[in-house]
Amino acid sequence: MSRVDGRLKVTGQAKYAADHDIDGVVHAVVVDSSVARGRITGIDTRAADALHGVLGVISHLDRPSLAYRDNPGPFPGRRLRVFQDDAVRFMGQPVAVVVATTLETAQHAADLVKVSYAAETPSTDLTRSPAVDGPAPFARPYTRGDAQEALGSADVRMDMTYRLSRNHHNPMETQATIARWDGGRLTVWDKTQHVLGTRNELAAVFGIPQENVRVLSPFVGGAFGNALRTWPHVTIAALAARELGRPVKLALTRRQMYFTVGYRPAYEYKLSLGSTRRGRLTAMTHEMKYETSRYEQFWEANQALGQMLYAVPNVSQHVQTVPLDVSTPMWMRGPGYGSAAFVIETAMDELAHELGIDPIELRLRNEPGEDPSTQQPFSTRRLRECFRVGARAFGWHRRDPRPRSTRDGDWLIGTGVATGCYDVFLGQAEAHARLDADGTAVVQSATHDTGTGTYTSMTQVAADALGLPMRQVTFRLGDSAMPPAPPQGASQTMATVGSAVQDTCDKLRQQAITLAVEDERSPLHGVDADDVVAGGGRLHVKGAPARGETYRRLLARNHRTHLEARGSWAPEENSRFSMYGYAAMFAEVAVDARLGLVRVRRMLGVYDAGRIISPKLAESQAVGGMVGGIGAALLEHTVTDHRDGRIVNANLADYLVPVNADIPDLKAVYLDGEDYKADPIGVKSLGELVQIGVAPALANAVFHATGRRVRNLPITAEALL
Amino acid sequence: MHPFSYTRVSDTRAALDAGRRGGRYIAGGTTLVDLMRETVERPRALVDISALPLREVTVTRRGGLRIGALVRMAEAAAHPRVRALYPVISQALELSASAQLRNMATIGGNIMQRTRCSYFRDVTAACNKREPGTGCAALHGVNRTHAILGTSDDCVATHPSDVAVAFAALEATVHLLGPAGERTVPFADFLLEPGSTPSREQALRPGELITAVEIPALPRPLKSGYLKVRDRQSYEFALTSAAVALHIRGGVIREAKVAAGGVGTVPWKLPAVEGRLIGQRPSDALWTTAAERAADGARPLPHNRFKVELLRRTVERQLRVIGGGK
Amino acid sequence: MSTEPPESAESPPEASPSAPSRRTFIATTAVGGAVAVGGLTSGPSVFGAEPAGAVEAPPGSRVSVTVNGVRHTVTVDNRTSLLDLLRERLGLTGSKKGCNAGACGACTVLVDGRRVNSCLTLTVRLDGADVTTIEGLADGDQLHPLQQAFIDQDAFQCGYCTSGQIMSGVGCVQEGHTGSPEEIREFMSGNICRCGCYVKIVRAVEQAAHGK
Repeated sequence: MSRVDGRLKVTGQAKYAADHDIDGVVHAVVVDSSVARGRITGIDTRAADALHGVLGVISHLDRPSLAYRDNPGPFPGRRLRVFQDDAVRFMGQPVAVVVATTLETAQHAADLVKVSYAAETPSTDLTRSPAVDGPAPFARPYTRGDAQEALGSADVRMDMTYRLSRNHHNPMETQATIARWDGGRLTVWDKTQHVLGTRNELAAVFGIPQENVRVLSPFVGGAFGNALRTWPHVTIAALAARELGRPVKLALTRRQMYFTVGYRPAYEYKLSLGSTRRGRLTAMTHEMKYETSRYEQFWEANQALGQMLYAVPNVSQHVQTVPLDVSTPMWMRGPGYGSAAFVIETAMDELAHELGIDPIELRLRNEPGEDPSTQQPFSTRRLRECFRVGARAFGWHRRDPRPRSTRDGDWLIGTGVATGCYDVFLGQAEAHARLDADGTAVVQSATHDTGTGTYTSMTQVAADALGLPMRQVTFRLGDSAMPPAPPQGASQTMATVGSAVQDTCDKLRQQAITLAVEDERSPLHGVDADDVVAGGGRLHVKGAPARGETYRRLLARNHRTHLEARGSWAPEENSRFSMYGYAAMFAEVAVDARLGLVRVRRMLGVYDAGRIISPKLAESQAVGGMVGGIGAALLEHTVTDHRDGRIVNANLADYLVPVNADIPDLKAVYLDGEDYKADPIGVKSLGELVQIGVAPALANAVFHATGRRVRNLPITAEALL
Repeated sequence: MHPFSYTRVSDTRAALDAGRRGGRYIAGGTTLVDLMRETVERPRALVDISALPLREVTVTRRGGLRIGALVRMAEAAAHPRVRALYPVISQALELSASAQLRNMATIGGNIMQRTRCSYFRDVTAACNKREPGTGCAALHGVNRTHAILGTSDDCVATHPSDVAVAFAALEATVHLLGPAGERTVPFADFLLEPGSTPSREQALRPGELITAVEIPALPRPLKSGYLKVRDRQSYEFALTSAAVALHIRGGVIREAKVAAGGVGTVPWKLPAVEGRLIGQRPSDALWTTAAERAADGARPLPHNRFKVELLRRTVERQLRVIGGGK
Repeated sequence: MSTEPPESAESPPEASPSAPSRRTFIATTAVGGAVAVGGLTSGPSVFGAEPAGAVEAPPGSRVSVTVNGVRHTVTVDNRTSLLDLLRERLGLTGSKKGCNAGACGACTVLVDGRRVNSCLTLTVRLDGADVTTIEGLADGDQLHPLQQAFIDQDAFQCGYCTSGQIMSGVGCVQEGHTGSPEEIREFMSGNICRCGCYVKIVRAVEQAAHGK
């Protein structure tokens, strides 16, 4: 099964935010602050204003009227307000916007705007600024048992400090917004993972009813979390459009993608663990701190793994943030889990080496029978099977456990494993389905497709439920006027929206069945509705395919232009189950220790992700998650010059993400199965899970190859020479 | 990008005329357009020289190679003569940039390309190369990728070219054409160390054009090759690199041409390494001994100390690859 | 490429100056099937003139460029990249802007048969050039073999880099750099895919190159 939107994408016809052809549109370019902290003392726009084609420059000096009504945001604090004061809070903060008739002129005019500052020395270094407790209720001190006591009395105690670099999402599509006002109504074509969130925020910022805002986002060029918020540029585009009375297009530059659209925060994470000689964990303490802005307290799900992944009787966690003169981070693929997994899974490898126990065996010895943090049964937990299947396919039994034991010319060869795990996050969604007289159906929900395959997988769910061939079903998304759906984040779309689509299409099918069994002219007349099934565009008696009729015939005879239904799904308030997806990640690396080079030779992921709707697309996601993890492990690092808070590699030539040559053949295996305790369509989560264990598996393989334990990411030449 | 006027010239006389009037030559444009967009470069007039007849690769009478300034990187890399005579050149080219950029960028433009120093590229940062007298932000800033050789207190930026490292190793000559006529400059003298004038990067006189790069004939058989060390396997500038050409006859190294990249403010010729090789018999011990001299005079910065040892090992490795060994 | 170019899709300039459109600032005409005239078509700019005088239009030039078989004669701001010409003037938004600096490959198109980064290509330099974009690759409804291979192999997720990957892949196949997976990887490394589809991109290029 190929992607239903494939043809649009390979012919260049898929319309991303900046691609929409809006009549009369003019171009906006943001002017960024060149200091990280201080006040704006003056903005000289004369040279910019004088350019032919410049329509206007807007800054806080214009006191633009924005309501900024309260609107629940993701993080405690006070959201950044566009052009409302003279304060500079981070390097690259938007301080003005220039609008011109052509892009070239707008860019040049933005260069000509002269901003002067009273600059102060910023603090941007996580390790040199005071930490505060993480924001309640999202970050909470956690204790179970007495971890300190247990550490003190453990057979083996290990204390490690890990440092993770700041990473930027860097989707290929830069953030872009086109805004148009029609009287008091605002339409935006935006790159977003949450059309309703963008709608609500714009309504709050501009002080207009939510129904007066429409947000359209039919295609998203990757996001990985950075389009989960309504960032300043969206407001700026709408503001400029309002002030100038014209549609405005604003696309961030790649450089600006490092300033205002979030990032995975840098961490300093201290982990201590205690264990018996036989490898039973007795204690783990987690002390983590990560960066956040001074105006918002970022949080992410960095505590769950430390509480539930292994059967550890004594656990303590302390989460701190370090407020800095930086912009607020944003959830990035596998948020929290990914960072914690690197630490925990590297530590497990360290312990395995210390004890002389195979790293897979060590993990299996600490497999819990129930969720140790809640005492709930697992809905499904097949991590053992993931490791068993993976070990066989990967050839794990051939591994010599001694570091530096395998060599291939100048290359030291090493293999490593790690566990991946991510929760089954569930939201609420609604959908609408319509079956037309020609036997085709249109199903819609205000969800998103950032490349995950929503168009395809929802079409499959709908086609299955309606008994229609896929080509007769169209799924639409990315429009705030559609039935509500949650953000496309936390891997919840398949389970949540998929369940809503199934519910909706079930209702629609039932309508058709009811129509048929009550219709005297139907071959299904009088049949018990429960005995009627749909397939191939027809309704027929279960077990008797010949007795039935097509939807087309049914609707035509009843003079119905269409049937329609609206459905929804929400998870149970309090599930009895602990619900997570699991992965066993295997990696083989070659390290040229003389030159400090690490090359990935092969990787294998084996996943317990519940039912897989679209195997081909799920494989793409898994392989893509490995590539993302390879980047985090070996390449990615947003570098700040702490003297003035400048990001010195704010471009794709210097912020390194993997290129084709970095990536060998990667393999992904999904265990057959489903999890109907999680949701009605049996799926668990997938998009985050596939990246979680990748970086530690690679770091562990580097250790096995070289005998050198690198606790900082990314692992680059200087650590290995 | 600042506005500019544009003219295309079809003969060198028109080019020189335009150059004399202050026009800025543009060939592939891959560096210039990029830096114009960042407003690092602000030419008022562009003179498009891509139609000039400087696109030949020819073998010289003495058996060297003359590569026209407008030969594209991809063409030069694929050229049978280049591949046969100087693999180090084709390898250096193919390990540069991307296939697309190599289809655009020219040999002349490649050796003219400007540093990737992030402070140079950021017009809000201090940079003596971009704006003389403003200081060098990299000296005490983030300098992992910066130079350890040929630096000054005013500039520590590396020259980013790969093929220039091969040209430096092979002791190429740059052919220039200017208002006063033709002249040639040894490659070693063409690119300038920053000293106290980092904004002056080449020994070009106003209005001069590069017409060709000439590689001298070298005794045969000659084995040569280029090694590039970088974090990413492709599409990245060098952390360190080594261009090596060896002429070995009768079991003895008779000629050795060695230069390093990613470490110098200009491509860094390594005469001390060459001196240790000539007259010796190839051996792993020799490679190690010779490579010990690769970082002579290095002045590392806080974030690039690792480059000192990495440079030695890069040179050692490439000597072994070319000269033989385990 | 079609030998009989269709009429241009370019819409004529709008008549009313009070309803500005991005296409009315500089009038554009397209000439179907015209033979390119060699040499420089001099634009309104005078070499050596002071650019960017107050309220004067920036220096521009008149250029004839053939895109997907259709010849367009346009007056462009000298600063206009080929990418911006395609996206903002000709309505061909299949070519994407990922970095605008030659560091990602999303804007890759063929110019005179060679793959290049359109973001670093100034339109003013393209007089007489022949450009092929993703929109011009298929033969009517019949996809180019590499387009079909991308679908077959699921060699994309979000699709944003895909146009550039495919155009680059066409160049890679034409150049003959498809001898091994390693060679394809190296010669496709100028196109970043953040969704991480490289394994399948290599398979798609192999499929198109060798009919695998």
